Amino acid sequence: MTTKMLTLNAQAVQRDRIESLEVIQALRDGGPETKASALVMGLGNMVHKQVVKGLLFLAVEIAYIAFMIVSGFHNLAMLVTLGSVEQQEVWNEELQVFLYTKGDQSILLLLYGVATILLSLVMFWIWRGTVKSAYKAELCDKRGWHVNTFADDLQSLLDENLYRLLMTPSMFFIGILTILPLVFMICMAFTNYSKIGDHLVLFDWVGLANFATLFDGSSVLGGTFWSVLGWTLVWAFFATFTNYFAGMVLAIVINRKGTKAKGFWRFCFVISCAVPMFVSLLIMRTMLQPEGAVNVLLRSLGLIAPDASLPFFTNATWARVTVIVINIWVGVPYTLLQLTGVLQNIPADLYEAADIDGANKVQQFFKITLPYMLYVTTPYLIATFTGNVNNFNVIYLLSEGRPVTDLASTAGSTDLLVTWLYKLTIDKQYYNIGAVVGILTFIILAIGSLLTYRNSKSYKEEGGF
Amino acid sequence: MKEKSYKRSKQISNIIVHAVLAVLAFVWVFPVLWVVMTSFWAEKGSYVSTFFPKSFTLDNYIKLFTDTTLLNFPKMFLNTLIIAVFSCLLSTFLLLSVSYCLSRMKFKMRKPYMNMAMVLGLFPGFMSMIAVYFILKAVGLTEGNLIRVALVFCYSGGAAIGFQVAKGFFDTTPYAIDEAAMLDGCTRWQIFTKITLPLSKPIVIYTVLTSFISPWVDFIFAKVICRANADQYTVAIGLWRMLEKEYIDNWYTCFAAGAVLISIPIALLFLKMQKYYVNGTGGAVKG
Repeated sequence: MTTKMLTLNAQAVQRDRIESLEVIQALRDGGPETKASALVMGLGNMVHKQVVKGLLFLAVEIAYIAFMIVSGFHNLAMLVTLGSVEQQEVWNEELQVFLYTKGDQSILLLLYGVATILLSLVMFWIWRGTVKSAYKAELCDKRGWHVNTFADDLQSLLDENLYRLLMTPSMFFIGILTILPLVFMICMAFTNYSKIGDHLVLFDWVGLANFATLFDGSSVLGGTFWSVLGWTLVWAFFATFTNYFAGMVLAIVINRKGTKAKGFWRFCFVISCAVPMFVSLLIMRTMLQPEGAVNVLLRSLGLIAPDASLPFFTNATWARVTVIVINIWVGVPYTLLQLTGVLQNIPADLYEAADIDGANKVQQFFKITLPYMLYVTTPYLIATFTGNVNNFNVIYLLSEGRPVTDLASTAGSTDLLVTWLYKLTIDKQYYNIGAVVGILTFIILAIGSLLTYRNSKSYKEEGGF
Repeated sequence: MKEKSYKRSKQISNIIVHAVLAVLAFVWVFPVLWVVMTSFWAEKGSYVSTFFPKSFTLDNYIKLFTDTTLLNFPKMFLNTLIIAVFSCLLSTFLLLSVSYCLSRMKFKMRKPYMNMAMVLGLFPGFMSMIAVYFILKAVGLTEGNLIRVALVFCYSGGAAIGFQVAKGFFDTTPYAIDEAAMLDGCTRWQIFTKITLPLSKPIVIYTVLTSFISPWVDFIFAKVICRANADQYTVAIGLWRMLEKEYIDNWYTCFAAGAVLISIPIALLFLKMQKYYVNGTGGAVKG
């Protein structure tokens, strides 16, 4: 009895080992049928009692090869030139009309090419899986162990292989709707796909030329880029920290012992984030127009002259301060919600000890609360900073990047990199420059968040507070 | 004597705190009240000469649902409802199943997937938006009623990238429960559906609600994908259009009415899930 259990146990360990096989190992140590299944997928499985599984693998291979022959290789070949046949008008004598011949559309060629490459990568991954599966079947069969039937395999999808069943749909959607567009967009950054020079139908690879244009501070686009980048960083810094400290102070004030009706105050602030953000931003925008409610109120109170109005969105500096202030209005309730819980987690005995030592409230804030909060919320701060660099809604809905001070440039004085990117792609159709801006935004964010995260205390001494 | 002055100063500081809070609360509540007030305004147009309305009316709400010639609000409402229901179902399924796998199962792609999600999160979301449009167009999902399908995919396709909160929640349910269930012969699927999900009601509700709300409040994706197909517009684009130059004079008060209408359910949902919001995000950063 015990010996049987021991052998079963040893078998389980070995089976685990087989699970973690590498494909190189399978190709080196496998029998001829396993090696052959590198060419004819599923052959190894079919030889070793897994006929259905083997046939499925084979079907996948045939489908892939058929696809590649029908259009895949053509897609890959066209990726090199991105098409060169122009659409042409041909006079049709019989019908007495101009007919258009079908020209190449570079954007579609690029899309199909990128999609084919991604599909081939997926295929490579499947191929690895089939070789490993063939080797596994071979080993199990040779040692006289139970070889999983197709029904067993299907059942294991609900049990130990559940992750395959559950992760696949997500990976499918992420692959098509996130990764493919991203790769596609990154490719655009290296082309001249833009309204400049009329390259909207046919375009070519241009290497790093677009990056050079943007980094060149003397050109119009380059000058705009540096000024927009500067304002984006200033905005992200202020937007993050004003919200953080305002929210923290508010949370502390509401939480302090003397404050009555804590729930009521919290409700007052939270009710404003129950209104959808784009609605409250649009309302703010209309209220702050030259003839909007705020100016009317100030006039009727006699604070400004009857025909004057404060230039909330018409003066560059005013507009910048306005968006930061309104962002406080929008963001503080969320910060309040999130920080309240963290604040309540600070051990109360720290404060008791500080009270006994005679520290006042301000000292307690700077010596206990702030270090603790910074320690615990560094990841949150990084996420907020990243979110603010990418904060499209607040800027676009409030000021649309206006006011435009320099008519030659494509960006206004409150434009962030992301809103500028939006304008470049949607309004101006400078797709290539837009893609470069997107890539640079990513690089800035990635470097910034990696550095701060690695230098933060919460990374260096995990769980040390 | 000293005790008395201490009490006094405490009283004074309490009064100051409450006064400041009252002022701040007014600043935060005022715009909300102002929208509600505007929606009952009898006068048209956004540029008003008086601050308080002269008379109140319900006409704005009636006009919103009956005047469908220029902006068909009931249709937009229906569109958004359909999109919201389906994208809510799809993204809840995707998000919860991925979070469960990442929290409970060991597999090779686990770490790479989590890193990938972090990197993808750093790209500006709509940098790829125009590319998504091209892809959907190549598949033929940007015409007629299929736009709704396209929007459902857009809202829910990337749901599984934001697995952190749900995974953090699943991490807190003890693994011993899973082990006990496995000894009793449960499959992983049964554990997921019969044990983990019922034990994680807060996070399920949170996921359902957030994914239901997102189509109501997003207008950028909707705008890029709908383009000129006015019969496929969602509520958010409709409200945004009401504030455009050609509509604002006649539709401003209706905008307020529409804003109030979609805010009420969202506000109710939000207040209901406020505690999950705090719990959900607080769990991951507890010191």
